Amino acid sequence: MCLGVPGRILSISEDGMSAQVDFFGVRKELRLDIIDTPVQVGDYVLNHVGFAIRRIPPEEVGETLALFDQILKAAAHDDLMAEDVRGEMAAGRSSPGGEPGA
Amino acid sequence: MPDLVDELKFRDPVRARALSEALAREVDAAGRTITLMHVCGSHEQAIARFGLRATFPRRLDIIMGPGCPVCVTDTPEVDEAVALALQGATVCTYGDMLRLPGTRRSLADAQGEGAKVEVVYGVSQAVDLARSRPGEQVVFFASGFETTAVATAAVLLSGVPENFSVLSAHKYVPAAMDLVSTLPETNVEGFIAAGHAAIITGWGIFEPFAARTRTPVVVAGFEPLDVLAAVLELVRLVRAGRPEVVNCYPRCVSREGNRPAQEKLWKVFDVVGGNWRGIAAVPRGNLELRPEWDSVNARRRFTIDTAAVGGASHNLLAEHCICGRIMSGLAKPSDCTLFGGECRPESPVGACMVSSEGSCKIWHVYGGPPDLSEVA
Ligand code: SF4
Repeated sequence: MCLGVPGRILSISEDGMSAQVDFFGVRKELRLDIIDTPVQVGDYVLNHVGFAIRRIPPEEVGETLALFDQILKAAAHDDLMAEDVRGEMAAGRSSPGGEPGA
Repeated sequence: MPDLVDELKFRDPVRARALSEALAREVDAAGRTITLMHVCGSHEQAIARFGLRATFPRRLDIIMGPGCPVCVTDTPEVDEAVALALQGATVCTYGDMLRLPGTRRSLADAQGEGAKVEVVYGVSQAVDLARSRPGEQVVFFASGFETTAVATAAVLLSGVPENFSVLSAHKYVPAAMDLVSTLPETNVEGFIAAGHAAIITGWGIFEPFAARTRTPVVVAGFEPLDVLAAVLELVRLVRAGRPEVVNCYPRCVSREGNRPAQEKLWKVFDVVGGNWRGIAAVPRGNLELRPEWDSVNARRRFTIDTAAVGGASHNLLAEHCICGRIMSGLAKPSDCTLFGGECRPESPVGACMVSSEGSCKIWHVYGGPPDLSEVA
């Protein structure tokens, strides 16, 4: 029931209540009474049971991808630190006279 | 300008690999099994469709909670719809609801006995049907979480013909998470919240929950990268002991959500307690029409004779179906003795095998347990 696919608005009805939307080749009519921002032809929207529920602002597509990269970077960073710590511990254990955990 | 290329970026294999490798390291570093729960059938579909479970580290357990509104629609609710259909009303509903077992019959069974049952794609279509058949009483058997309930609300607010009414089986998402967090046996350490519900309600709605239960929540979309990034972020929050809400779906979800839609929702619906199939009585679990809407509420407009369709329930269902335990994260579909045998999509015994968002159905469609660590 929850479809995540965005569609592109092809045309908007005269009364502004509905739009023809293209979902990668499949054309559907969506009602526009739930969406909270004005939409125009060419905008991308999310469909839920025949209603457009959200306009996807183009700049936020980039923002999501940037977020993924940031999450990745943070994870890599944490891990590098862990590597360092592990490295030091290993070095500590193997160094002559070094006490484990000292 | 987002286009097909941007869409595909959310399936970018390079990023996906980097994310799963980071996830593997993160879980490895935790040195124990981490259990997370998502509460949305669409997440289970994404996980199954893109084969993500096979890429998850062995010590990461992601279970599907009560995130399928059809699956938690209770037997007496189905009985009401079946009774109305047998009493002569035309019952319209989403395709998922058709085979959902009632005490003795599903709507599909009622249809087989000659009752008028129509599958619709959306509530607007049910209204159109009512307009085209002025001589019939058309009842829309409404299911879905608040995102779907908003559609029902919008239709009622824009005016419906006199012969149209609503039988609400709408459910409320925050109740699902509250429920799981209070189960004594649960070991869920973090929640992946459904992006769609949050589009309407905003991610801020999860903040009191995270603070009260000291459990982190991430809001996630439904593309492979959305799911992977959200899982990675959630594992990090769990490890760091930070019970925060993080929005990993910023292209669709904002903190405050869609306010006009919330206004529409609460003008028409109220949160009430109700039974969720196989689980428990859930306080604040259901969305019912407010008293002002009695005239379009099928429960008020008609005398529904559920006694005629009730009685002793189907034995297999009562004795063996463990949907409730599965949705509470305490069992897996493969733990059920009927899974894939007596219970199949063509002849479902329990509700989880009916809906395309039910975990038993998803596991069955995607080839049994879609979890390689299970067979390894
Ligand atoms: S396989 Fe069927 S009977 Fe078993 S838990 Fe799932 S839905 Fe219920």
